[in-house]
Amino acid sequence: MTEQISPSTLNMVDHEPYDIPLDKFDISQQALWAQDKKMEYFRRLRDEAPVHFCSDSEFGPYWSLTRYADILEVDKNWKDFSSEPAITIVDPEEDFPLPMFIAMDPPKHDEQRKTVQGAVAPVNLKALESTIRLRTQNVLSDLPVGEDFDWVDRVSIELTTQMLATLFDFPFEDRRKLTRWSDVATGGPETGVVESDEQRQEELLECLEYFTRLWQERAKKGASNDFISMLVHGEATKDMSPEEYLGNLILLIVGGNDTTRNSMTSGVIALNDNPGEYAKLRNNPMLIPNMVSEIIRWQTPLAHMRRIANRDYKLSGKTIKRGDKVIMWYLSGNRDERSIDRPDEFLIDRKQARQHLAFGFGPHRCMGNRLAELQLRILWEEIQKRFHFIEVTGVPELVPSNFVHGFVSLPVRLHPL
Amino acid sequence: MPTITYIEHDGTEHQVEAEVGATLMQSALDNGVPGIDGDCGGECSCATCHVMVKEDWTSTVGGPNDSEEEMLDLNPERLSNSRLSCQIEITEELDGLVVELPEFQF
Repeated sequence: MTEQISPSTLNMVDHEPYDIPLDKFDISQQALWAQDKKMEYFRRLRDEAPVHFCSDSEFGPYWSLTRYADILEVDKNWKDFSSEPAITIVDPEEDFPLPMFIAMDPPKHDEQRKTVQGAVAPVNLKALESTIRLRTQNVLSDLPVGEDFDWVDRVSIELTTQMLATLFDFPFEDRRKLTRWSDVATGGPETGVVESDEQRQEELLECLEYFTRLWQERAKKGASNDFISMLVHGEATKDMSPEEYLGNLILLIVGGNDTTRNSMTSGVIALNDNPGEYAKLRNNPMLIPNMVSEIIRWQTPLAHMRRIANRDYKLSGKTIKRGDKVIMWYLSGNRDERSIDRPDEFLIDRKQARQHLAFGFGPHRCMGNRLAELQLRILWEEIQKRFHFIEVTGVPELVPSNFVHGFVSLPVRLHPL
Repeated sequence: MPTITYIEHDGTEHQVEAEVGATLMQSALDNGVPGIDGDCGGECSCATCHVMVKEDWTSTVGGPNDSEEEMLDLNPERLSNSRLSCQIEITEELDGLVVELPEFQF
């Protein structure tokens, strides 16, 4: 290795995880994620440098937290660790800020969140359950048998997008626009989803334009239970700027889209990789609710959240300075054997499967967690009524992102009961 | 050991001999009382161990602490006698305590 290489120029994937000096570690590099090589690097960070400083990266300097307990301590401490101005490792674009409540601190966060929280509160989910089940049945009934097809497109995207369309009361025939806007919002030119930052901004402005029409429509009507109407009529949100409207829309779209979509795909892969667990599921469908939590832990569809320290803060022997960027790697914390028993095993009957980091903790904890669990539970209940085996027939293509931990495609073939 | 009664939303009662020093959340989990999740393991950071304290017990048990109030406040279904059971420590004084469980955890 040559001397004086900064972490941003040392290409992590070209080296083995234990061959790189820790001060050259940059776990954020996209190639590690695109090639699915990050887990061994995370293991070394957890063991040797659980609170790790990367002095230089594509995203500037940042701290990595990789152990469960450290992540929990920071996540719940919103007073010392701010969620502003953004919650991913990428800094906001100065000429295109997207304020959203997940990236605000209390009390403003609480006011805006409470405006829309009701749409996904458990009491409303009870009313949605039969709709979700019917749609799941329809999507599964339409799948081809005896030939390969893409599970991501036909099932995971389709089901999550239909759900989103319902939550927004969005024109159903245009629902794939939501998928596109979600992909564009979380990926820049580096992921290949758009050609340039300009194109990304243009597409997001189209999103704003579309939703502004819906805003105007809903403003003329009385309050109802969809997200747009709640924002239109909510005391804390009715006077939002267009940027803030767009920001919050993207939050709700991404929050309900990328996450559940990728858990829906991940479960199929995990069961293929663990035939013993698949057998347990076939023998005992009562395990499905527990399996759902295990799938969410296993996948951790949002790999990280970011905070900024509001003061100098001592954590596991290191001092995080005021103003420093702190990345909580949920994906790593969910594989930390200090807090989770046999974390590298996918166990659908795991004890305390609900105790995982994937939804975050503290005031920013995932608002749609119960909806996600409901969608996944119904999907697997309906799958088990129809199919003996969903066979993975090719290599899944990964999203090349250190934030959205998921899949572009997954070829499968169905084997009915 | 103090006796605690947890009443599920459908009216099913669970009487539990709770250990002094444990939390109300842990006592429920240890004794198989359904309807309490405790996803964060007692760190006051998930609000999935929500209970409602029976009216005649609210002054003995007391109200929520500051961080507990912050978490409870985000739940549209919280009531004035709502508490997070991970923040209530079992003492001899709580012998006979009755708490109700919500239909759904947050």
